[in-house]
Amino acid sequence: MTIGVKVLKKPPRTLAEQAYLPETVKGLRLTMSRFFKNTFGPDSEKEIATVKYPEETRVYPERFRGVHRLTQRADGSPRCVACLCCSTACPAQCIHIEPGEYAADDPRAGYERYPKVFVIDELRCISCGYCVEACPCDAIRMDTGVHMPASTHRDHFLYDKETLLSLPGADGSLLTANTRPEPGDADHPGIDRDHH
Amino acid sequence: MIEHPILFLVGITLAKIVCVLAVAVAAFAPLLIWAERRQSAMIQDRLGPMRANIQILGMNITLGGMLHPVADALKLFWKEDFVPPKADKFLHAIAPMIALIPALAAFTVIPFGNTLYLDALNQVLPADGAIESAHAIQLQIATIDVGILFIFAVAGTGVVGAAIGGYASDNKFSLIGGVRAASQMVSYEVVLGLTLIPCFMVYQSLRLEDMAMWQHENTWGILNPALFFAFILYFVAAVAENKRVPFDLPEGESELVGGYLTEYSSMRFGMFFMGEFIEVVVLGALAVVIFFGAWDVPFLTRSGFDVFGHYLPMVHWLVALIQVVVFILKIIVLMWFQLMVRWTLPRFRYDQVMKLCWKGLLPLALINILFTGVLLLAWRS
Repeated sequence: MTIGVKVLKKPPRTLAEQAYLPETVKGLRLTMSRFFKNTFGPDSEKEIATVKYPEETRVYPERFRGVHRLTQRADGSPRCVACLCCSTACPAQCIHIEPGEYAADDPRAGYERYPKVFVIDELRCISCGYCVEACPCDAIRMDTGVHMPASTHRDHFLYDKETLLSLPGADGSLLTANTRPEPGDADHPGIDRDHH
Repeated sequence: MIEHPILFLVGITLAKIVCVLAVAVAAFAPLLIWAERRQSAMIQDRLGPMRANIQILGMNITLGGMLHPVADALKLFWKEDFVPPKADKFLHAIAPMIALIPALAAFTVIPFGNTLYLDALNQVLPADGAIESAHAIQLQIATIDVGILFIFAVAGTGVVGAAIGGYASDNKFSLIGGVRAASQMVSYEVVLGLTLIPCFMVYQSLRLEDMAMWQHENTWGILNPALFFAFILYFVAAVAENKRVPFDLPEGESELVGGYLTEYSSMRFGMFFMGEFIEVVVLGALAVVIFFGAWDVPFLTRSGFDVFGHYLPMVHWLVALIQVVVFILKIIVLMWFQLMVRWTLPRFRYDQVMKLCWKGLLPLALINILFTGVLLLAWRS
């Protein structure tokens, strides 16, 4: 059995195409319009795609996933409750958390924990943003808008808790816009110590 | 003042040679390299090379990328001059010179300005009539009767450089490139000559200075219908003769690595490269002289501007200066157009190049000669 062969007809060429010259003029019109626009046109109409890199940088989009940060509460302590959701969700396993219990007289004791150690290996991070999605307290965010700064030493990419807490978001704030009721507050959704 | 007419002549000729070389080699070749890069960048929405800089007193001078050709030249000087072990050392060495020197020699007959009267520089010349002067200088290195034929003869030698370079490199790609260059240039040489025959018929001279004068006194050649047609044919043939895109088959990198340039490096490659660019300038200058009135500026006569009776007298040196500058500007515009075409069209296939030459341009050039003859007869009667 032979393979079915479909013979395609060559599209017919007009005389102008065959003569080549009118088509050349057409092409020249296109290239010249680009040339004059990009060379002599007003800056607003230039369509040059090149970014003069070290002097200019491309503006990152608003939802660009940059270096992580740990958001703070109003009192400056981390919002993180060391639930390990982010390190569980992380496909690159780059988050290391050691949870700690609050002291017994702390109002938060018994309700939540805090991270004793919180280290992100930014070299391992694949910037997928799953940690941010997984976090129930809006404690970890990637909204710094900062690209990972270069370094010659691997250890510099291990961001510890203090570093992560000190990084502000793109809006300059160390907090987040989402409010967080503390245990004991009227709008705290959890049960209180009297189990009501 | 002239005690030694011979010394005067030699001195003036040397001065002209230096001027032409300075403009053609020192100014035009780097300018072309720069234009080629930046212009293509502008066409393709890029910025092009613009970073090479010199720091003087803390100022960062880039000249908009014009220093890149300088950087290139420096790099070429310091690169290893590689010669393939089995190459023909002698031929391999002289091929770039054979390619470069004819391109330079062709400049000798290009008139870049009207006759200059050294002893009347600060006077307004009479509008017409012969001028008696012992210090009349033709702004042209050599005025020879064969004029344009000399250019063809000399430019035709350039093909030898490419062919020898391809042959001597001991490389199959080089050889094919050299053979392609030879056959292409020989073919287009024929067409190039034939496309210009209508011009000889109209101007009745082979001397380029006579052609320039004819156009100065009558009208630019391009405005003559037969010559307009001849210009289009000439332009195509000239680009092909230069082995430039879309006719750069001899160095078609997608099939031949680098063609006859493959085994060349360092300044030998630089010489080939420069020869090519200078040839672009030569053929551009030739087109300006033959079709665009050479140094002629509309309404500018020997004694100043004369626009329909409104007369603005000008001293001789100013008129001459304007004419030379306009001549250079015309060449620049033409080269700009040539680059525009280069960055518009993709490369032809080799059989298409040959077909275009022998079945397309050649018959059209012959028909154009006939057409010109008929036109001339119609005018006379």
